[in-house]
This record gives sequence, structure tokens and C-alpha cells, in this order.
Amino acid sequence: MADAGMLRFHVPEPEVRPGGTPDFSNVTIAKAGSVPRPEIDVDPRDIRDLAFSIIRVLNRAGEAVGPWAGLLSDDELLEGLRHMMTLRSFDARMQMAQRQGKTSFYMQHLGEEAVSCAFRKALAPGDMNFPTYRQAGLLIADGYPMVTMMNQIYSNEADPLKGRQLPIMYSSKEHGFFSISGNLATQYIQAVGWAMASAISNDSKIAAAWIGDGSTAESDFHSALVFASTYKAPVVLNVVNNQWAISTFQGIARGGSGTFAARGLGFGIPSLRVDGNDYLAVHAVAKWAAERARKNLGPTLVEYVTYRVGAHSSSDDPSAYRPKAESDAWPLGDPIVRLKNHLIQRGVWSDERHTQTEAEILETVIAAQREAERHGTLHAGGKPSARDMFEGVYAEMPPHLRRQRQQAGV
Amino acid sequence: MPRRTMIEAIRDAMDVSMARDERVIVFGEDVGFFGGVFRCTQGLQAKYGKSRCFDAPISESGIVGSAIGMAAYGLKPCVEVQFADYVYPAYDQIVSEAARLRYRSNGDFTCPIVVRMPTGGGIFGGQTHSQSPEALFTHVSGLKVVVPSNPHDAKGLLIAAIEDPDPVIFLEPKRLYNGPFDGHHERPVTPWSKHELGEVADGHYTVPLGKAVIRRPGAAVTVLAYGTMVYVAEAAAEEIGIDAEIIDLRTLLPLDLETIVDSVNRTGRCVIVHEATLTSGFGAELSALVQENCFYHLEAPVVRVAGWDTPYPHAQEWDYFPGPARLGRALVETMEA
Repeated sequence: MADAGMLRFHVPEPEVRPGGTPDFSNVTIAKAGSVPRPEIDVDPRDIRDLAFSIIRVLNRAGEAVGPWAGLLSDDELLEGLRHMMTLRSFDARMQMAQRQGKTSFYMQHLGEEAVSCAFRKALAPGDMNFPTYRQAGLLIADGYPMVTMMNQIYSNEADPLKGRQLPIMYSSKEHGFFSISGNLATQYIQAVGWAMASAISNDSKIAAAWIGDGSTAESDFHSALVFASTYKAPVVLNVVNNQWAISTFQGIARGGSGTFAARGLGFGIPSLRVDGNDYLAVHAVAKWAAERARKNLGPTLVEYVTYRVGAHSSSDDPSAYRPKAESDAWPLGDPIVRLKNHLIQRGVWSDERHTQTEAEILETVIAAQREAERHGTLHAGGKPSARDMFEGVYAEMPPHLRRQRQQAGV
Repeated sequence: MPRRTMIEAIRDAMDVSMARDERVIVFGEDVGFFGGVFRCTQGLQAKYGKSRCFDAPISESGIVGSAIGMAAYGLKPCVEVQFADYVYPAYDQIVSEAARLRYRSNGDFTCPIVVRMPTGGGIFGGQTHSQSPEALFTHVSGLKVVVPSNPHDAKGLLIAAIEDPDPVIFLEPKRLYNGPFDGHHERPVTPWSKHELGEVADGHYTVPLGKAVIRRPGAAVTVLAYGTMVYVAEAAAEEIGIDAEIIDLRTLLPLDLETIVDSVNRTGRCVIVHEATLTSGFGAELSALVQENCFYHLEAPVVRVAGWDTPYPHAQEWDYFPGPARLGRALVETMEA
């Protein structure tokens, strides 16, 4: 064989770093309304191209177009807008509360509000989400009390998790929101197991698994796809591609080719890619996937193409690794602005009403915050008892923990 | 009373549990149609159907992770990891998820799963079919860790584990699957049919988790053992003629400290034996507890006899395995100390 030369090591890099001009010219955006809507019992082999396109409903003029449009009434869309606005307002207040030292940590959803808010409305009561730390819209859109969320964030005396969990690691069985873990991707395979259990029990409930672009590199992503495919589990496998895993651009997890949706094709799982900033598209695709699961047609993988506008967390400064104005250049825009424009275009909304609603929501959030703070914040006021620290490790406290609790003097 | 091997007793435990509670689900690699590489699940799929007992992909994190999801739904999965040596891919799911689910959700979600895995050496299993990883689980709050040493206990403990509301790591010494083994590899093995602990009652019974049992009462020295080492201890005590009290711990977490402390306070001496490697092994915890609780009754230092701090070798099996000769020497030293 001829001399092949020296090997060279390849490390993918994002197109632009701080100081550069944001550039998304490599992101191919399908025209709104251009992607077909297959029947839910479609053979996965016939829709492979959907894993490489982007399903979109709202066009530049704010009109809902194409086969994925027309599923939601005006009232439902107005409710959806309110959910997204509430989540954004909630985020802003909690981010501020973290800066004021009222809690140790917070993570925002800025720019990704449509994904979890619209998805929630495609589920039925009793279905179970296995979320990451960036799907609080599932709770907001299901009417989970903001005060309870804040109590958890503040680790105060009314915290439903007794101060044991890091802020935002919510849990609510009642609201179909599985306990959040700090360990990435673990919940993806658990969601599949939950769905398998529902099928084993001849139930009608389905599960939704959630993961970010970065965490798809974890091995549990792979095991989830294998199990979901093998057992045709009634689960929607969601990948929220917000382009960034802390400082690492999505190309590091993706390997620089294909799409995250395309990962599902190798498992024979129908895989769709959707505009994550398009409330109508997210909802339509979620409904399609949920219906497939519920009709025993098996799992669907959905990649939501979006952008993480905010910092990764309250401990992160994105200006150290990406251009400051990159989010402004993001071609899929802002989910709230886009739904707002659509509702104005439909004649059921206006700039005035939007501004007024924004103010109303802020008042509601502030009122909730006042109520939560009456129960204490991390460093002031009421807090969970130190006795609670020893409870719940086991169903019944074993002797060694009883001894330790005694030693702790609580 | 019928005599059963440990394999048959374990199978019977799952059979009884599946018959009593339709939420009990059994799965793992080769567990379904084939009935398990050790035959522990033979016939269960035929009897209960593929929804209750099925084959899984070769993915330990997938098996345990999906079981956690099933438990969150409300089922009671009893899953198998083919060898304890292969549990590590599932370690994240066991430690970060199963063990903490109740705590972190304040009881909103719970994880009543059992993870069965054949453990231990003495079978020329080499590095990846012989390990005893119990200390990796006893260090994790939220788990229960069980190691039976005979068919009667294996059935009762497994039924108790399946019915327990918390996640249980159930380690089955595969050296004991077909008969007791005292480390005398040069002698033929006695089958369980010739041993009184092979008597396994039909139907439902439990052996409570967290309770040790005294296998041989004695006054000279307390030996803390579990799994295969129980028989090694019996052989060692008999061969050197020491009146040792042998405690079979059965459950390592939660530990039956009362039985241990009571015994050591009577004998004044304590030898701990396990197959697992010495450093940071479970013996270190036992030794510390005995020292803390029995200090004024101790007449000699607490001694640990364990596997060497090396990976489990193949050709050197009997130089590695803590047999009756090595344990016997430790007992003599303790008595002379």
C-alpha cells in the first residue's frame, strides 16, 4: 500500500467563537408547510427524509400553513401563548432571585418555551414525562402551582422535596412529571421502562422521554432506543437540540454529520425533526407521536430544533464561548414573538393586549414569589427540618440511620 | 420437606412471587425462553407468558434503567444481571437513580426493584466471572444488599426482597448454586439434596431482610461470614478444633449489628472473612463496627481474611480464594493473640 501519510486528529469546532459574526448559513431551514404529514401507521422506512428536514407551520408572515396546521383553536393558542409568557416571566424572576442570593442555582428556558409548553398539551391525563432540568413548561402548562415550584427552588419549609434536592429538580407524579435527576440521560431509558410497564399492564397511558443534544452521547440514550424499538414501547423520545451543551456545540455530540433525529432511523423508529420555536409545529408533531404510541404503533423520536438563548445555568457565562448576539441571528426566531404574530395575524390578539398580559403575568409571578418567600428562602426564614434529612432513604428507617439521626441531635 | 438446589429455590421464589402478585415481572439476558444461563428462570416464561418473563438486549443499564421506570409505574421488576462482574454498566442507574428515587422525590416515586446477580469465585471463572462487588453497593445509601448461603434462605430472602418497598441488590454465590462448598476443591462436591439446608418448603415464606443467623454456636471466637465463606468457616473451625461461633450475615445492608455485637461481646474475638478484595471491602466496615461497639470486650485485634488486592486470577484460583487453611491460620493466630 502506498504511503498514507501521518494521521491527523479531528476535533469539530463551531463556525464562530466570541468576537466573530454569528453565522447560521449552514443550518438548512425547510419552508413552512413544505413537509408532508404522514399517516400515523406509516412504515418508518417511507418517512426517512423527515429525519433530515424540519416540520414547520408558521411562516414569516405569521400564517399557519401546510398539512401540520389547523389542530388548535384560537383559545388553545391563546392559552399556549400565556403558558410560554408565564414560563419566561417565571424564569426571569427566579434568575433574579438567584442573583439576590435567595437560592443557590437556577436554569432558564429562554428561547425554548414552545417545546415543553406545546408538548404538554398533546398529552392526556395520566401520561408521564421523564424530563430533564429544562422542561418546566410541562409543569406550567399543566397548571402546577408556581408557588410550589418556587418553594422547591428556595428549599424552604414548604418545599415538597424537603430541601433534599438542588433547585429546579422538581417532582410531581400527579402532574405527570417524573423526579428530575442530576445525572444526565438516566431518565431516557426509565421512560421506556415506564412505557413498557403501561403496555405490560394493558393500560392506555404513554410516556415521554426527554434529553438534550449533548446528552444523546450518553450510553442511556442508546439503551433507550434499543429497548423502545425492541419492545415497541409506547413512548415519545424527545431530543431538544438547542445547539449547546454548556460550552460544547452540538457537533461534538453529533459527530458532525446527520441529525439527532437520524439516530432513530437505525433502530427502525420513525424520526421527525421539528421547528422547536414554532408552537403549532411542536404541538402537531407531539400529537402525531403521542397518537402513534397510544394506538400501540410504537415509539417515535422527535428532534426539536431550537436555540439556548440564555446561559446554560446561573453559574455559566456564554460570552466565553459563543458570540454575544448569536441568539439574535438564530433563523427560527423567538417562539413567543412568532406565536404572538400569528395570533395578531389571526385577528385575536394585539400588541396592546400582549403588553397588558405581560404585565398581568408579571404581577401573578411576583405575587407567587411573595407567597413562597413567606415560607423562607435558602438562607432566610423557614427551612426544612434537619430530621427530614434522615427520612425517606428507605421506606422504613433502618437502625443505623436511627443511630445517626440521634447522633446528629435532631 | 422437599430438597431443592439453590437454583431451584431461587426459581421457586420467583414462581411463588409471580403467582401471588401480577406486578412481579422478571427479565434479563437469556432469562426468557431459554430460562437463564444458570436455569434460575426456567419455565417461568412458559407459565406466565412473555409479558411477565422475557429476554432483554445485552444492556445492563438498559435492564436496570427500564426496571426503574417500570417500578415508577407501579410494577415490581425482579431483573437479572448475568454475572455480578457485568453490573458496572448499570452502576449509574443503581446508585444515582434506584437508590435515591424515594429520597429525592420525597416518596412521590419509589423503586421496589430487585437486581439479581450471580457472584463470587471458586469456579475457575477468571477475572470477569468471579468478582464479589458487594462493597460497591453497601456504600450506597438507599440500597439493601443481600447474600444468601443456602437454598432455604435464598428462597425466603428473595421473596422478601421482591416484596420489599426498596431496591435490593441480591447477590447469589454461584459456587453454591448446586451444593455447599467449603473450599476443599480436591474433594467431590456434596449436592444440596444431601444437606439439611437444602430443605425448602413449598409455597410462600420469607426470611426477613436485615437479620443474621448463627450457623454454629461457639464460645471461643466469632466469625463473620456470608455466602460461600459460611461453609469455609465451618470447615476451618472443625479442622483446627476451635469452638467458633459462625454468623451468616445474610443481609449486609441493613446490617444485623445486634447479633454481631452480642456474639463478639461473648467471645471476645472476631475474625471476618469474605471473598472480595481486602482494601475497602465490606470487612473494613464490619471491623470498624466491631471495634466501635465491642472495644472493651475484645481480647485480640479484629482479623480480616479476604481475597487479595488483585484482580481475580484464573490459574491461581486456590491461591486466591480464602479457603479453610488460610482462615484456619487466622483463627489460630487470633486465639493465640
